[in-house]
Amino acid sequence: MKKTIPLFIVILGGLIFVAYAFSPHRFLQDDFYNKFYVPWTYASAPFAALLGIISLSMMHSSKIKRRAPKWQFSYFFFAGFIVTALAGLIGGMQKGGLFMWMFENMQMPMSATMFSLLAFYMASAAYKAFRARSMEATVLLVAAIFVMLAQVPLGVKISKHLPTISQWILDVPNLASKRGIGLGVGLGAVATSLKILLGIERSYLGGGD
Amino acid sequence: MSYELMSNLVGAFFTLCIFSFLYKDNPFYQMSEQLLVGISLGYGLVLTYDRLFVPFLWQPIVIKHNFILIIPAILGTFYLFRFSRKLGWLSRYPIAFSMMIIGMGVPLGIHASILVQMRQGMVPLETVNLFLIFIGTVAVLLYFFFSKAHSGTYGKFVNVGKWYMMIGFGASFGLTVMARISLLIGRIQFLVNDVFGLLK
Repeated sequence: MKKTIPLFIVILGGLIFVAYAFSPHRFLQDDFYNKFYVPWTYASAPFAALLGIISLSMMHSSKIKRRAPKWQFSYFFFAGFIVTALAGLIGGMQKGGLFMWMFENMQMPMSATMFSLLAFYMASAAYKAFRARSMEATVLLVAAIFVMLAQVPLGVKISKHLPTISQWILDVPNLASKRGIGLGVGLGAVATSLKILLGIERSYLGGGD
Repeated sequence: MSYELMSNLVGAFFTLCIFSFLYKDNPFYQMSEQLLVGISLGYGLVLTYDRLFVPFLWQPIVIKHNFILIIPAILGTFYLFRFSRKLGWLSRYPIAFSMMIIGMGVPLGIHASILVQMRQGMVPLETVNLFLIFIGTVAVLLYFFFSKAHSGTYGKFVNVGKWYMMIGFGASFGLTVMARISLLIGRIQFLVNDVFGLLK
């Protein structure tokens, strides 16, 4: 009841999905997938999002209760969450409202800046890799420099061949390495999927009885 | 002060708060970080309500009287039992329901990640580049094959895969750095043109 039935649901449903991928039968394509699985998944999905929201809120409220290090900043989390949620749920999502204003002038600038910060940390990582003085790190950095320079006007000024070399790096060695890694990842993903489908891998059901 | 300038000043303030982390971790960065998480979560909640809850649950049940959807709604509420010690096992039911789709992943995964890639990799080796791609793919695959010791001639061939991967990682690194730098340029342009430009 606690673990066997969910496992049975995964195996039976999984096998139906295997049949769905191969057979164009109306029962599988329309009745099972379009009329049953998709609407049922969409109907249960909001609760999964709610689980995440409750989990994060519980984490922050317990941080405040325990007076954990930097607990004061958890109030900013709640302030941002409550104001945005109320602005969207009461005021709507249309342009010109508080919700979109917060998105455009707070969320978007902050997330773009957060990602742009990574440029500095990647530069420092590249410097550390270069200091390692290994042949592998040098090859990596030389390939990176060719690709980076080819994308800016300065690269073309240095040599008109740079864009061609960069494109060759992307089209030949890069493609071969990505294809090799992709094939390995694909084999691994299929093996894991098969293990789940056959009930060998059960960690997604969690521990306990 | 115009509405546009005020909005841009708010954006500039939070941009500078995040950039302040480059100096060191400080309260302004901590505040912006938590605020960003909160706003993103609020945004996600509103989006889930508007794009999922209303059209796929509320309207079908309340307006169209499609009462069968009460079952997945109850199934969805089982997710929330994750927090209960005694009834936590109930959350396995919606997880199992969503995991059913893994069955589709097996044939489609074999097709998209393996067969299509193999077909593209095993074309007639008519040019030097096609030959290099073929050798590289085989060498990279063998590099991750640990059932045979990487020694002798085999080891040297397998080592070629490592160099291919280093070039591949370098190319990915370069592209990622450029993407981040373009974001950085965007933020600096915002500060210089949209904020200081309006302040002049």
